[in-house]
Amino acid sequence: MADHRDIEVVTPYARSLGIALDRWDGDTPVLRVEFSDAVQGRPGALHGGAISGLLETAGYGALRAELARGEREAQMKPINITVQFLRSGKTRPSFARARIVKLGRRTANISVEAWQDDEARPIASAVMNILMVDANPPA
Amino acid sequence: MADQQTRFDPAQATPFLTARSHNGWLGLAYRDHGEDWAELELPWREDLLGEDGREVLASGPIISLMDMASGLAIWTRMGQFRAIATLDLRVDYTRPARGRSSVFGRAQCYRLTRSAAFVRGIAHDGDADDPVAHMQAVFMSIDARNVELPGG
Repeated sequence: MADHRDIEVVTPYARSLGIALDRWDGDTPVLRVEFSDAVQGRPGALHGGAISGLLETAGYGALRAELARGEREAQMKPINITVQFLRSGKTRPSFARARIVKLGRRTANISVEAWQDDEARPIASAVMNILMVDANPPA
Repeated sequence: MADQQTRFDPAQATPFLTARSHNGWLGLAYRDHGEDWAELELPWREDLLGEDGREVLASGPIISLMDMASGLAIWTRMGQFRAIATLDLRVDYTRPARGRSSVFGRAQCYRLTRSAAFVRGIAHDGDADDPVAHMQAVFMSIDARNVELPGG
């Protein structure tokens, strides 16, 4: 079996925004985005939508890794996301890591945080609900 | 209240607000507006896809679309451009957008106070009565002392 950490955690959208895998923290991917014009909102600050994209990518990445670990093949569909914007993002690299709060058969509840210099001072957080449609449902 | 000449006009302001940075990268374009609402278009593009092999826009850009449409709705209702910050934003994805289709984001500022702006909206792919997503958000004025609200 392939290592579950071999999985692709970055979507075409995330890739073109500059979001990349920074490192694995145990079984959880930590994602990173460099500051660039593509993620800039008002001059010198990170755009809220780009931060949301980073949070969401980290959420899907963590779930994809967890499913791969359980050798489960499922299509993930977004149900909803709620983003809290806590601090303004500066012209520095940003990071995000997700925690799977509940993994059910049909839905997953995921909590995500994004930070820059100090993980204890998050710039944004999100809660996501994701629907999972199994490719090979149990008989 | 601001007069006709200086009143915030989303049709004129959008090209400037989306000329560069994240909104420019997304290619957001003005579509329509009313007294307290605005609608933008997010054109379909190959590199904004949510999954390899499926021609559906990722959900991330829809958040950016709704965030920008919300800002325009707020400034339109205020009648002026003011620094605002998104406090929180929720999106419910009610169905996938059609493949290779633009997504339109329509936001309405339904309540404006001295310090906060409350916004709701939908994203659709051609028919506003059949949304792909619903949105709810709250924005804060960054410098509440200077905000002059119409009629307030």
